[in-house]
Amino acid sequence: MIEVDKLSKWYGDFQVLDQCSTRVAKGEVVVICGPSGSGKSTLIKCINGLEPFQQGAVTVNGVSVGAEGTNLPKLRASIGMVFQNFELFPHMTVLDNICLAQTKVLNRNRAEAEERAMQLLNRVGLADQAPKHPAQLSGGQQQRVAIARALAMDPIAMLFDEPTSALDPEMINEVLDVMVKLALEGMTMMVVTHEMGFARKVADRVVFMDGGRIEEDAKTDEFFGAPRGERAQLFLSKILTH
Amino acid sequence: MFGAFDYQVIIRNLHLLWDGMQITFLLTGVAIVGGILFGTVLALMRLSRSMVLSFLAGRYVDAFRSTPLILVIFWFYFAVPIAIGRPIGDLYSVLIAFTLFEAAYYCEIIRAGIQSIRMPQIHAGLALGLTRWQTMKNIVLPQAFRNMVPVLLTQAIVLFQDTSLVYVVGLKDFLTAADLVAARDNRVVELYLFAALVYFLLCWLGSLLVKRLQRQYAI
Amino acid sequence: MAMKYNWDWSVVLCRAPEGAATGTGGSGAQLPGGTSAFTGGAAQTFDTGAHCAQPYFDWIVSGLGWTVVVSIFAWVIAFSVGSVIGVARTLDQPWVRRGATTYVELFRNVPLLVQMFVWFFVVPELLPKETGNFLKRQLPLPEYWTAIVCLGFYHASRTAEQVRAGIEAIPRGQTDAALAMGLTPAQVYRYVLLPVSYRIIIPPLTSDFMGIFKNSSVALTIGVLELTAQSRQIAEYTFNIFEVFTVTTVLYILITLIVSTIMRFVEKRLHVPGTIALGGN
Repeated sequence: MIEVDKLSKWYGDFQVLDQCSTRVAKGEVVVICGPSGSGKSTLIKCINGLEPFQQGAVTVNGVSVGAEGTNLPKLRASIGMVFQNFELFPHMTVLDNICLAQTKVLNRNRAEAEERAMQLLNRVGLADQAPKHPAQLSGGQQQRVAIARALAMDPIAMLFDEPTSALDPEMINEVLDVMVKLALEGMTMMVVTHEMGFARKVADRVVFMDGGRIEEDAKTDEFFGAPRGERAQLFLSKILTH
Repeated sequence: MFGAFDYQVIIRNLHLLWDGMQITFLLTGVAIVGGILFGTVLALMRLSRSMVLSFLAGRYVDAFRSTPLILVIFWFYFAVPIAIGRPIGDLYSVLIAFTLFEAAYYCEIIRAGIQSIRMPQIHAGLALGLTRWQTMKNIVLPQAFRNMVPVLLTQAIVLFQDTSLVYVVGLKDFLTAADLVAARDNRVVELYLFAALVYFLLCWLGSLLVKRLQRQYAI
Repeated sequence: MAMKYNWDWSVVLCRAPEGAATGTGGSGAQLPGGTSAFTGGAAQTFDTGAHCAQPYFDWIVSGLGWTVVVSIFAWVIAFSVGSVIGVARTLDQPWVRRGATTYVELFRNVPLLVQMFVWFFVVPELLPKETGNFLKRQLPLPEYWTAIVCLGFYHASRTAEQVRAGIEAIPRGQTDAALAMGLTPAQVYRYVLLPVSYRIIIPPLTSDFMGIFKNSSVALTIGVLELTAQSRQIAEYTFNIFEVFTVTTVLYILITLIVSTIMRFVEKRLHVPGTIALGGN
């Protein structure tokens, strides 16, 4: 479904990504972890073309992301993305946030869009928040709405960029629960996160990045049981002793 | 179109235009200095604990900021001589008008600059035993002014442009000089475009200088 | 020795008498304040006593009317053109950005009065012959149209800067999220960036809006009979300078107050529930 092939990216002279290669099959859940500055967020933003890259290739469902003629908005409509800072649109109600792309990109009529929106809000447990504005919601609630907003596009895959990093500890679980349910329902997911509990529970594979390179790419059990690289071991020891 | 552009008329009259520009510079300089000085006084009045001072300064600023500069110029050119019973003379009435007008704008800039100095700084000064006035003079104002330099300079550029309005009372600044030459030699296009070009170059270069200073002063 | 000054506040209340015939100025001298679209008042001198030699009140109303009309039309131009240029300054294409920057620098660094002269005296000369002649001879109320266009384009450069600042204050994540949903760049501006940006910049927009009303006075130099021009006219006729200027100043202050009240109302209507200020946090 998602293929990353020898992806390299520079910001000016500084190399952010170095020959990264990995793939995510349909229905797979892949967790990407690593120290800050390792390029994980950049990598995931290259997948839907939010960040351009200089070398290598990214293919999603057969469509090449970096190619000249690719219709990026159309591609992005088929991939959902959830951001660290939720990024709900503050001037719109929760309902409008979820309906915006449905009506403007998928050209659904308003009634259809609202129906789907309420379905999804129910699924994440926030149906009664529909008429409110984002500023009136807690962080955890905002992030769940953000997930519903992405799901409203009926995406073939979901990308998560540190979805719980900006949340207060007591709200992390409500968001992770939604993500776990999503994974168990068979959604193809690529998740950048520090939450190793989540990884152990539902991830099929774990990718460890450091210094712009993919240092380790193994099945979950293997990764946690016996990581091969020294840096991966170091990283795990640091975050697992929490 | 530009084949018929008469450069000579500009060159022939450069001395007249330069005389006018000197008046412009004079007006600008006096108004900047006077405006900042009086503006600082007004800002301190607005920030003082005296309700009377604060109210007076506030109404002064509101009044001058709601009134068009041309009307202020008219006030001091026509009305004030009658009020004090004797003529003031073109240049002085305009200088006073400009200084008092710009002081209102400078007051707001300086007030914002002073208020941007965080309370802990003031507390530190007071904790050392300095009086409020000493704290203001030695700690707050120096820092505030350093932060404000770009904005103060930008206002100076605005002021420089505003001086062109003395045209309405016929004071011979750069624009009025250009206008006189244009009328006398019937070369409106050349002179007005020349005036626009000169103003543009001076103001644009000024704004580049401000940007450079902003980069240097950036903390 | 103080000059003797005859205070007479009632001059500002001089009106044309009821049933006065309308018509353009009749008796001898040019009556610049007389003909007006707003009072339809008579432009003849009338002799109702010692001090009401002209319908000064009507002149003031007329001047105020023109100030308001010219300013509002100019604001429409400033807001629309300014928004386009402000957005252009935030786009990716370098030549679009540079063009917009050139516009802003050009209109910001030349005094308004000089721009007014250039629009009124120079532009008709530089245009192709027919257009120039149309502007000079056939266009009705040329000073007024020129003033509107000049003020509009001048203030457009300031509006552009405010719109740009508003857009740049919005964190990059909002754009990312909107793009990630499949919105095109144009849709991102329309549905996500501009609605928030306009709310953020209501205060500087308000002060700029007030600025247009004040700057409309510069148009008196090309013959627009706005409020300041009329007050100067009355001062020359009556010598009651203080009264007239005071009334005029009060009217400008009133305009400022009305504008700020309207904008505060607008801000309340657009307020997003739950936020204190729609800023970058």
